[in-house]
Order: sequence, then structure tokens, then C-alpha cells
Amino acid sequence: MQLIQLIIDGVASGCIYGLVALGFVLIYKATETINFAQGDILMLGAFVAFSLIGVLGMDYILGFALTVVIIAVFGFFLDAVVVRQIIGQPPFATVMLTIGIGFILRGFASIFWGTDIFSFSTPFSGKITEFNGLIISYVNLSIIIGTVILVSVLYLFFTFSRIGVAMRASSENQLAAYYMGIPVKFIFSLIWSISAATAAIAGVLLAPITLVDTSISLIGLKAFAAAVLGGFGSIPGAIVGGIIIGIVEQLCGTYENYLFEGIREISAYLVLILTLIIYPRGLFSDKAEVKKV
Amino acid sequence: MRFIFKTNYAQDINIARHGGDKFWYSTLIILMLAMPLLIDDFYLGEISYVCILAIAGIGLMILSGYTGLASLGHAAFLGIGAYTHAFLLTNGIPFFASIPIVVIVSFMVGALIGIPILRLTGMYLAIATLALGFIAEHVFIKWEHFTGGNRGMPVPQPEIMGMSFYDSATFYYVCLAFLILSMFAAINILRSPTGRAFVAIRDSEIAAQSLGVNLGLYKALSFAISGAFTGLAGALLAHYIGYLAPDIFNIFLSLSLLLLIVVGGMGSLHGTVFGAIFVGYLPQLIAICRDYLPSSIGSQPGLEPMLFGLILVLFILYEPLGIYGRWVKIKLFFQLFPTYKKQTFKKQKVFTKSDRV
Repeated sequence: MQLIQLIIDGVASGCIYGLVALGFVLIYKATETINFAQGDILMLGAFVAFSLIGVLGMDYILGFALTVVIIAVFGFFLDAVVVRQIIGQPPFATVMLTIGIGFILRGFASIFWGTDIFSFSTPFSGKITEFNGLIISYVNLSIIIGTVILVSVLYLFFTFSRIGVAMRASSENQLAAYYMGIPVKFIFSLIWSISAATAAIAGVLLAPITLVDTSISLIGLKAFAAAVLGGFGSIPGAIVGGIIIGIVEQLCGTYENYLFEGIREISAYLVLILTLIIYPRGLFSDKAEVKKV
Repeated sequence: MRFIFKTNYAQDINIARHGGDKFWYSTLIILMLAMPLLIDDFYLGEISYVCILAIAGIGLMILSGYTGLASLGHAAFLGIGAYTHAFLLTNGIPFFASIPIVVIVSFMVGALIGIPILRLTGMYLAIATLALGFIAEHVFIKWEHFTGGNRGMPVPQPEIMGMSFYDSATFYYVCLAFLILSMFAAINILRSPTGRAFVAIRDSEIAAQSLGVNLGLYKALSFAISGAFTGLAGALLAHYIGYLAPDIFNIFLSLSLLLLIVVGGMGSLHGTVFGAIFVGYLPQLIAICRDYLPSSIGSQPGLEPMLFGLILVLFILYEPLGIYGRWVKIKLFFQLFPTYKKQTFKKQKVFTKSDRV
């Protein structure tokens, strides 16, 4: 029973990792760059939601929606103004650029909102439900349901909408997409905005658990493990990878005494390194995307 | 404009390209040797720190600037160097015996980590090294027997020929000597076939491979050499700090090293020194910035990471070759005066390169 309880908690935190990883994957699939600032965008989302809901006293749903829109617009311009400029440079440049952007965002947040820890009330805070002796908090439930909804919406979007198909086409083959009259640059910026919105949703859902401060941007680093485990470039892989990481972390935390002290904090990174060494393709990659020497 | 008349193939790999080089670098070395007579102890300490940063920069430059492999966890090597050195000194090993052991240990660790990790390319490598950096930091905290954990670990300050490390001039000379030695070693590695292989890997893995470069071997070698230099810097850093705590070797330090090579100039050893001066004096620079900003912004702790990120972004976008690149442009401007053309360094139009096969 305790095991199932742990797994449920793990799934909830894993969904957050999965959502952030989803952001990585979307951008990577389309532009072959990795956005190291994803975690910082998540943090920004949580802070914006705090300002709207906690400070301005907006309704939770309205504040949530507005946050997502604001961050999505931010993501769009982040690509259109900054990131687009270094297309074609070696991957190192992109890594450094997005790390730099991450630092700017974190610095901005701590100047603008301060370094205190904030929280805002949500309809889910403090409520729990019992099911066959399992205790499930509403917050965890909201994260899991939110993830399911978001992933289904994205799935429908990529499968059926014109823009979604155009996005898939551009990430499949940029040149061919250009020839078909798809505005590839605009599409890429749009992908950045979707990815930023995903991070913002994760940030708002996460806010009741971890509270809001600048250190939550570190989740972005753990989400790398999720993305790599799922096979960078696979959307279901990102979510499944995230859930596995969440469960592993939860289990490592509980059975710390049997393993070694402090394994919980580094379990995600250990999984990441082991995946890269043993099976760098990841679980869900359809083709070998990692070049091997 | 200087024309170099080549009469010998060996001239292509000479360390000093012409008489001007010999003159200016000798002058620089003499000036550096005379430094303790010219400035007081505080600034001498600062310059020692810059020397240490430059050695670490050489390590990362060989890996990132010359082999094209990004490492986001190089603080781990600084940590390994620092802790190994402090551990050896505490157990009574003399300074000059400890340093080679530190270099060998970091070399081995670099090779050990390098062999499995370096089968990855580009982004994956960056992520993997990032994770390794975190794991290393964690090991420093938890392996209390060796590192003293969160309580920290004092570093014994040895004496060399009767002169204590507490004397800043002695420490300065030690750092300077190691910097010159490292620089010399790095120049020699880079003009040897090994170094050429590194550059070939950076420019095109496929081309390098078809010319007979064993990618796996040379990447692991690059990682190991890089680790050795950074470990040496770590050992000296241990003396500079005096008291080791695991949180010194965090991700921020790794990123400062990256900032160092980006700002200095990717792919140039000059760049490591320029970058080291920049990163070494960045806190002072920020302190000056604070004075000019309104106090509501200036007193914020978030200002430092923000400026850090801003500098990084601006350099990547507008001067990808860093300070050294700018210096080359200015030099060429005067050499060609008045016929300098701006287009000489115009960025070529490039398209997205694909890693996918």
C-alpha cells in the first residue's frame, strides 16, 4: 500500500518534470536547439501567476489563463528577437545563449519580486481525498489531470490543426517546408511560445507544492533527465520519462537508508547519466537520433 | 603591415611568429616578474587569482574552444584538484610532490569520465556534464571522510625554500610560474598532431574521421588533458581560498569558467587570459555598476546573475570571438590603415545545421 502511495506522489511530481521536458522536446524537434532556460521560464510563470492571483486578487482560473498567455507571448518574442539570431552557429553557442537568458530571467525575478518565498491560494490547496486508504491531495490530482488535458490538447493540435501540421512539417524538413509555403521562422517562434506556455502551466500547477521562489528553476535541470530518458524528440517519451524520474526520486527518498544517504537529490542525474551511457537513444525514440562515435 | 618571409616549414609551427612576438612576450614576462615591486599585497592576491582562473580557462579552452565539446560541469575538476591537493598536504606530502599527483588524478578522472560520456555529441554532452557537475558537488558534500563534508576542510599552507604561502608575493610567483608552464604546455599540445586532431574534430567530425583521427580516443584525451589543467588550477585555488567548502564548486563556478572562455574568445589561448582578467574583476565591475544604479536596483542580490547572463548573451550575439576577436580586429585596423574594410569580419550567412542522420 505504501508503495502505491509513493508511486502516486511520484507520478504527480513526475508530471511536472514531464511537462518541462515536453517544452525541451518541442523546441528540440523543431529547431535542434535545447532551451536551457526552460526551468527559468517555469519560474517566471509561477511568479507571474503569483502577481496576478496572489497580489492582484484575480480569480484562479482567469489568472492561470492570463499567465499562460503572457508567458506564451514572451516565448514568442524570445525566439523572434534573440534566439533566431544565432541560427546555424555551433550548438555550443545556443547552449551558452539560453543559459545566459536563464540567468537574466532569474536575476530579473529576484530583482522584481525579491528573494522571499511566496505562495498564493488555489482551489486545491490543503484538500485531500481518500480512496481505498490511499491519500491523494487535490494538488497532486490537479497536476495529473492538468497534464493529461494538456497532452491531449497538444496531441489534437499537432494531428488535426493546420498550424500543427505545418509545425510537424517544419521540424521534419525545414527546406521542404519553405518550398511548401510554410512561414518557417514564424512557425519556430510559435513553437517557442507553445513550449514556454507548457512551462508556465507546469509552474502554476507546481506553485502550491513548492511555493514560489527563484530556486524552482532548478526543476528544468531535472527535466533534462526526463527528456533524455524518453528519447529527446518524442512527446509521449517526455511525459513517460518524467513520470519515471518522479517515481524513482520518490522511491529513492523513502528507501534512502537502504541505498546511500542523499541519493534522492541526485537520483535524477544518475538516471540521466546511466541512460546516456547504456541506452542513449532513450525509450521512445523512433530512430537513432544520437550520433555515436 | 608585416610580411613574414617563410624559408622553412618549421616556421609554420614556431611559438613566436616573428621578432615582435619575442619582444612583447618577453616584456610581458619581465613586467609580471617585477609586479611585486610595483603594487601592494592586495592587488597581488587578485592577480594570483586571475592566474589561477587562467589556468582553469586553458583547461576548458582545450576542451570547448579547440575540441568543440561543451562542458557545463568543469567546477567538478576544480573541486577534485582542490580536495585531492588539500588531502595530500594534510597527510604530509610535500607541495611539489602533491601537485603532480593532483594533475595525474584529474587526468585519470577526466579520462574515466570521458570514455563513456564522449560517445555523445553536442547538446547531450552539455547535459551529461551538467549532471556530472551536480553529482560531483554532492559527492563533495557526502564523502565526509575525504572532504570534511559541509564542515569544510582547512588547506595547509606549505613553505617553499623557507618562504611561506601566506606571503602573497611567494604565492603570486607560484601561480605565475604554473600559469607560464601551463601556457607553454598548452601551446605545445596544440601545435602537435594531437592538437591538430582536436581542431579537426571541432571543425568537422566526419572530415577528421576520414583523415584517420580516432574520435573516441582524441575526445577522451581532450577531456583528460582539460581535466588535468583544471585540476592543477583547483590545487592552487585551494591555497587561494584557504578553507574548502563543497558549495564553492557549484554550477555557478562552472558557468563562470564558460563565461571566461566565451568572453575571452573561443579558440584562442590569449582569450583565456583576457577572460580570466574579466571574470576575476567581474565582482568589482558589478560593485561599480551598483554605485551608478538607483539604490533600489543597485542593492539587489539578483543584479549579479542578471549582469552575468546579460554579458554572456551580448557576447554570444555580437562578438562571438570575444575580447581576443575584438583585439584582432583593432590590430588589423591599424595594420591596414587606411584601407581596412569592415566586411573582412562580416558574419557569413549560415543556415541551420542538422545533427540528425
